[in-house]
Amino acid sequence: MSTETLEKELVVKAAEPLLSKRRRKLVTDPLIDDNPITVQVLGICSSLAVTTQMQPTLVMAISVIFVVALSNYVISLMRNTIPARVRIIVQLAVVATLVTIVSEILKAFAYDMYKELSVFIGLIITNCIVMGRLEAFAMGNKPYDSMLDGLGSALGYAWIILTVAFFRELWGSGAVFGVPVFEYVSSWFGPDFSLATNGLMVTPVGAFIILGLIVWVQRTKTGYVEH
Amino acid sequence: MQQSNTYIIVYSAVLTIILGLLLSGSAQVLGPWQQEAIALDKKKQILGAVISAEEIAAMTPEQVNAFYSSRISSTVVDVTGNEITKEGVSAEKVEIAKDYKKPAEERAYPVFIFHAEGKPDQVESYIFPMYGAGLWDAIWGYLALDTDMNTIGGITLAHAAETPGLGARITEAKVQDRYVGKKIFDESGALVTVMMQKGEGKEYGDDAHKVDGMSGATITGNGVNNMLKAYMGNYEAYIKAKSTPKAVVAAL
Repeated sequence: MSTETLEKELVVKAAEPLLSKRRRKLVTDPLIDDNPITVQVLGICSSLAVTTQMQPTLVMAISVIFVVALSNYVISLMRNTIPARVRIIVQLAVVATLVTIVSEILKAFAYDMYKELSVFIGLIITNCIVMGRLEAFAMGNKPYDSMLDGLGSALGYAWIILTVAFFRELWGSGAVFGVPVFEYVSSWFGPDFSLATNGLMVTPVGAFIILGLIVWVQRTKTGYVEH
Repeated sequence: MQQSNTYIIVYSAVLTIILGLLLSGSAQVLGPWQQEAIALDKKKQILGAVISAEEIAAMTPEQVNAFYSSRISSTVVDVTGNEITKEGVSAEKVEIAKDYKKPAEERAYPVFIFHAEGKPDQVESYIFPMYGAGLWDAIWGYLALDTDMNTIGGITLAHAAETPGLGARITEAKVQDRYVGKKIFDESGALVTVMMQKGEGKEYGDDAHKVDGMSGATITGNGVNNMLKAYMGNYEAYIKAKSTPKAVVAAL
């Protein structure tokens, strides 16, 4: 599963194009075939917690992209100096620093989002995707490749949580990005007609259902089977 | 060499110092913006007790500040209802959370006064901050009383760590709107405040002292009840002193 990339022997030629086929694959692989949420089943906790609305989900996704890509880059830069016995702590310290900086920036410039996401920004530290990519990839690969790998994994995470949030907000609150879609659609059918929202979608249960449906659709298409 | 204890200790120490510098540096640089954001958020919460959340959401930070400074004045009172006029005491600077740890008699109680537009002498409502304990952590809020000093004009509630979807619902307009129009004194003039009930979905329209509860969040609801009771009690002397004779007659 997530260790696949470790085993791949990566041969880097002197003048490899900035976005060679191999590097593009680093970014695109985790989007579908090796998606951190639907295939590796990592980062489930936060994808249940923050996805009731699109807007906080988008902020969360951007934060995770920032943290994963940058921590992969930094750890890869440091990889030859990190003592093997304390490598996890070193990785954790770097990740925690980046996450705290993200949290501080949100507190300064997007205080409402900071309040809404509160503890979940801090919990990016424990998001398995971050540590997973550091251990599996950044410790053994060059900085630029590691950053691309992190970017890919984070984007894979991002599009899944955004999809979940889209359906949860649409069905749960009748809106998309806070725009009351249901209200608008209802008005087409006369004043007495109103589309009902489903309270289940606002709870984490709703996220499980939608996540399950995404996994189902995806695995039907790719033919992926758990071993 | 990389596996030697000395290397590991030195490496960890250097890393800690570098990361520590980064963190304190970012906190230093971002500090002023954060203070501003916190102050703005407090103003929004205070205003939330008297105007709707949509109106506040539609305002830019500058508009919020302008609206706040033109419509809100403030004073600080003690538990006996007398104004504290000491040098350096201002309602905006009182930290309710810190004061909460002192005995009720020693706290300073800020009161925010909402004025009619363009008429600084005409009071529309009085806004009282509150602070208490929810299920997991602190909850707080602002309660606005109409000039009869009895009818609730609006309430904002906030929390540090209530459960999302359950106790955290106290921040929703739908829950807060249930308090509008309720009364804190009963017919005999005794302070009964408003109690959130257990269970959800019942109508308490004709009961001036009960509001519908939040399903699955009874403890948070109780926390809100206790907070209301405690803080309205602390402000009671001030409220009684401010209620005009006319309002008392109306209440009777």
